[in-house]
Amino acid sequence: MSAPFDTAKDAELLDQQVHAGSLVAASQWALIWHKFSRHRVAMVALVVVVLIYLVAAFAEFLAPYDPGKFDPRYTFAPPQQIHLFLTDEEGTRFAPHVLGYKSQVDPKSFRRLFQPDPEKVIPIGFFVEGQPYKFWGIWEANRHFLGPVDKADPFFLIGGDRLGRDLLSRTIHGTRISMSIGLVGVTFSLIIGLILGGISGYRGGLVDRVIQRVIEFIRSVPTIPLWLGLAAAMPKDWPPLQVYFAILIILSLIGWTEIARVVRGRFLSLRREDFVIAARLDGVSEFRLIMRHMMPSLYSHIIAAITLAIPNMILAETALSFLGLGLQPPIVSWGVLLQDAQNLRAITQAPWQFVPGVCVVVAVLALNFLGDGVRDAADPYAK
Amino acid sequence: MLIFILKRVAGMIPAMFAISILAFTVIQLPPGDYVSTYAAQIAQTGEAVDSAVLANLRERYGLGENVAVQYFKWIGGIARGDFGQSFEWNQPVTELVWGRMGMTALISFLTLITMWAVSLPIGIISAVRQYSVIDYLTTTFAFLATAVPEFLVAIVLLYISTMWFGVSVGGLFSPAFENAPFSLAKVLDFLQHAWIPILVIGLGSTAALTRIMRANLLDELHKPYVEAARAKGLPEGRLVLTYPVRVALNPFISTIGWVLPALISGELIVSTVLNLPTAGPLLLQALKSQDMYLAGAFILLTGGLVLIGTLISDILLAISDPRIRLS
Amino acid sequence: MSDETILKVRNLSVDFPIQKSVVHAVRDVSFDLKRGETLCVVGESGSGKSVTARAILQLVAKPGAITGGQILLDTGSGEVDIVKLGSRGLAIREVRGRRIAMIFQEPMTSLSPVHTIGHQIVETILLHEKISKEEARKRAAALLGRVRIPEPEKALDRYSFEFSGGMRQRAMIAMALSCNPEILIADEPTTALDVTTQAEILSLIRELQRDRGMAVLFITHDMGVVAQIADRVMVMFRGEKVEEAGVFDLFERPQQAYTRALLGSVLKLETPAPRPPRPVAEKPIAKIENLELHFPLNAGFMGRPTNYLKAIDGVSLTINQGETVGVVGESGSGKTTLGRTLLRVYDPTGGQVMYWPSNGEPVDIATLNKAGMKSLYGEVRMVFQDPHSSLNPRMTIYQTISEPLRTNTDMTERQMMDRVSELLSRVGLPPDIGDRYPHAFSGGQRQRISIARAVAVRPRLIIADEPTSALDVSLRHQVLDLMRDLQTEYGLSYLFISHDISVIRYFCDRVAVMKNGKIVEVGDVVQICERPQHEYTQNLIGAVPRPDPRLRADAPQ
Repeated sequence: MSAPFDTAKDAELLDQQVHAGSLVAASQWALIWHKFSRHRVAMVALVVVVLIYLVAAFAEFLAPYDPGKFDPRYTFAPPQQIHLFLTDEEGTRFAPHVLGYKSQVDPKSFRRLFQPDPEKVIPIGFFVEGQPYKFWGIWEANRHFLGPVDKADPFFLIGGDRLGRDLLSRTIHGTRISMSIGLVGVTFSLIIGLILGGISGYRGGLVDRVIQRVIEFIRSVPTIPLWLGLAAAMPKDWPPLQVYFAILIILSLIGWTEIARVVRGRFLSLRREDFVIAARLDGVSEFRLIMRHMMPSLYSHIIAAITLAIPNMILAETALSFLGLGLQPPIVSWGVLLQDAQNLRAITQAPWQFVPGVCVVVAVLALNFLGDGVRDAADPYAK
Repeated sequence: MLIFILKRVAGMIPAMFAISILAFTVIQLPPGDYVSTYAAQIAQTGEAVDSAVLANLRERYGLGENVAVQYFKWIGGIARGDFGQSFEWNQPVTELVWGRMGMTALISFLTLITMWAVSLPIGIISAVRQYSVIDYLTTTFAFLATAVPEFLVAIVLLYISTMWFGVSVGGLFSPAFENAPFSLAKVLDFLQHAWIPILVIGLGSTAALTRIMRANLLDELHKPYVEAARAKGLPEGRLVLTYPVRVALNPFISTIGWVLPALISGELIVSTVLNLPTAGPLLLQALKSQDMYLAGAFILLTGGLVLIGTLISDILLAISDPRIRLS
Repeated sequence: MSDETILKVRNLSVDFPIQKSVVHAVRDVSFDLKRGETLCVVGESGSGKSVTARAILQLVAKPGAITGGQILLDTGSGEVDIVKLGSRGLAIREVRGRRIAMIFQEPMTSLSPVHTIGHQIVETILLHEKISKEEARKRAAALLGRVRIPEPEKALDRYSFEFSGGMRQRAMIAMALSCNPEILIADEPTTALDVTTQAEILSLIRELQRDRGMAVLFITHDMGVVAQIADRVMVMFRGEKVEEAGVFDLFERPQQAYTRALLGSVLKLETPAPRPPRPVAEKPIAKIENLELHFPLNAGFMGRPTNYLKAIDGVSLTINQGETVGVVGESGSGKTTLGRTLLRVYDPTGGQVMYWPSNGEPVDIATLNKAGMKSLYGEVRMVFQDPHSSLNPRMTIYQTISEPLRTNTDMTERQMMDRVSELLSRVGLPPDIGDRYPHAFSGGQRQRISIARAVAVRPRLIIADEPTSALDVSLRHQVLDLMRDLQTEYGLSYLFISHDISVIRYFCDRVAVMKNGKIVEVGDVVQICERPQHEYTQNLIGAVPRPDPRLRADAPQ
């Protein structure tokens, strides 16, 4: 009855805020935000995640080139450095530019070797006219966020690949595919997880036992061999979009179990909560009981579970594509890009091909931190 | 205890059955049956197709009959040690899988041991010294390690060792020992090579396990029984090790159930990058060329490996936790 | 009783920093503890009594810290200041368990689940004394026998989860006494136990104390326990010492206003409250007949259950209109389950529950269909024990109270808002708090909100499941008085479930005593409390600690 002091601490803190009048009428979202915003790392992660999704959304505009545009003259062209000031006979002035390449073929290895050429000044700028594209496949446009003023000039900020394609453009477009795989895949998982986890937790009994056994079994199967097995069964002549959705479904077939576990666990404990029994004794209908009295306690937990599931999806897609059994070119995802970094020769010659890997790490890290923060804040009433 | 083990083994039967169904489904998924693929394959090479051989094969796998019959013929064969024929290697699957699976099991086992040996003490330290420098370092490292795909670590390691040290790190044996008979020197050579895949495969799961141990122990550290033990005058170090750690160990042991599948998945990818003589590269090759009996055998066996691992963890748990043993 | 002081606490302060401020959990508290005496520290939740006890053994949980004062322990060869010993190191460990031992509130979790009882006791002995393992084991067995655990030799090799709560607390006591400490600190050792078990543990502690001449510092919130075992009493409130006096003086001549208020709210519950007048001709509103609720045990996946848990085992009870019927019993007696089964939270496996609705023929709730139950939810309502878990934290007060109006009446939103405001004033809360969330309210306020929800639709019968158990004693009679006022106003009947006989005596007309799913005795509340017939009831009533030290065997005449 007399609570040990340290557990009373949080309640007391809340009391103080309440008596200060700030949170008396604060909904759960206000309380969750209040708790979340004190988690500094998670706040930073939130900003990073938003930025990454903005890149994914505006890929065509942000990328200097179309991901498929190639130029055999610039095979494995190294990254260019941006110079903000130009010094010539007229003196030094502000004029952002990059330098073009001098190239020669190494007679022994037949590789093309590049040197920056101080003679070839390539002025660059924001909102330059470049390759025309269809924004979101709808609007015609040709402005690019950043690029060479003259669109015929080479511009390889993070280098080129083995076909002389701009890796920056490809990575930006890869962001769209990789991040959307995470998001759409999780939506699929969520639908399955919510339905099966909800039934399992709300109904209980035999249905629950069966669904539990299925989940346990799926979680005990090593995922990669299974994914590979299923992906390998895809006919090779499927169009890219079909492959994309097939991969999504394959990933979701396993990804739903974690969400189902969270949903079931919450439903099971909610079902026994006094306030749910009280609502039932108020005479509310089953539908209203679930939607009005139980689901609001679930939303924040589901958001946390989703946030933590997205990075797993991204990692899984990357691994599958890397092994050559996931998405196939011409679709560009981070995993597809990393296929080029598979052998030692390719990466010793062009180590910048690791960049999509760095993107994977940053995105997964940010999502994990974000999910962690949301999970910690998800239940602002916990004592 | 014996009854407990027997019960657990009996409990594995449905799971084993489900895995075999899964493996069989993967075998069945690609369009066209195995024998026609085989015939097409041979026809491509320009050789004559012996229709008697084909008929023989059809009979053996029950092709053309219903799926249930095919399944039972397949699983019946496995019970006798016959996993079917690999058309790509033109060899019985049995001859191909065991050596490779043995290596996979060995690497996974060694990784598991290493992971525990590393994550247990680090997890304990970072829980007991919560919010200390060590704890923050561990946390940061753990987040990083779970975010980096294993294959990327493998490539970076390859890159670094080649570019900076000029040594190649692939494989599990030096060429001199590859076909040498078993000897102490060979074991040493193996260990010299094996630490790299063990490190790479175990990285992510070690990080996760450290976090779990830390969380488990933090839960236990403030339980009343710890306070009660402190009140009777136990020294702090002995107190932590004999009471909360001992209790936190139990959920830790049961993590084998999900760590093992992750390990085997990681092993697959890493061994492909590092070109190890384990199941990974062969399975990948089999899947790419739709050599389905070979692939199916691997999927079945990796599933079996996980089941055995789970059984071992259940037994360990029962030994460690009287609440499970006595109820 | 020797007058020699063994422990002097001087100006003790303990602070807990939280976020940007500091909570002063204990402020400038001083007291003495003499050899062989029992000093009770009493206070409500948050009074700092537990923190004081922990400070004496340097067990204050981080981030809390002792910020001032002295704790002087007489070691026989001079005084040692425990504050100066710090929380680590050999010096404080020599005190812990050896000179001062402690037992805790939660017997269920205070023993390690993965070590045997014997291991834990032997370990304590070997920590402080250089004797062989065999000798230590022998002494441990003797100790278990001394605290009256049956078959002590066998009990040594058993685990704590194989024992009941009372047995675990006995084992805990055996462990605390294993090195013959001079001081025993008992932090609410009986709060988590049933009243009959509490009586046994209390008499055990008292007996052991006399045998060994130990000093006991006993922390409790229960004035009845104080009256029964204390020699002296220290009252605490919000971290400060309010008053210290001999137990007889304190109960007869409390000096401070807070002590008087605390004693007043306890003593108020000792006499039955004035009852609202009732019609002479009794008309039943609900009649329970042979109600059964059996849960199958050991049911296999498909197999037949081999045994049943008989949660309710043939209960018959009548509630008349305007009457308050109490149900009293210890944990596991089935009293809460009974209340819930009446509203079909659980479906009964046998028997009848006849109910006479406001209009129409009596119905059998036990077999009523969904539509029938729906019409009943407005007439029969429930109030829960824990006001923290029975209000949805994500719904505003208005949403919570209006929910039954929404489903059981045709009120418009406007009408509901008026009704909710009216209800809130009726239960003694400001009428304009509808847009606030439950976290803005204290336990007592929340319970008032729960009561407002229950009476919102003008019910006829309320099943109240321990509505005052989670509240501090000073709030209990306030909530009970509110419920009684509402009873007069609406002509309510109550089925009032409680483990606390004093609350039952204060509030009920009749009472049923439950044990193991059965009713052992029913009768008028005064008759049951004063002249119980059944042996179990006699034990139960006899075990209740009365807040009157004059009833003690050692009371001065």
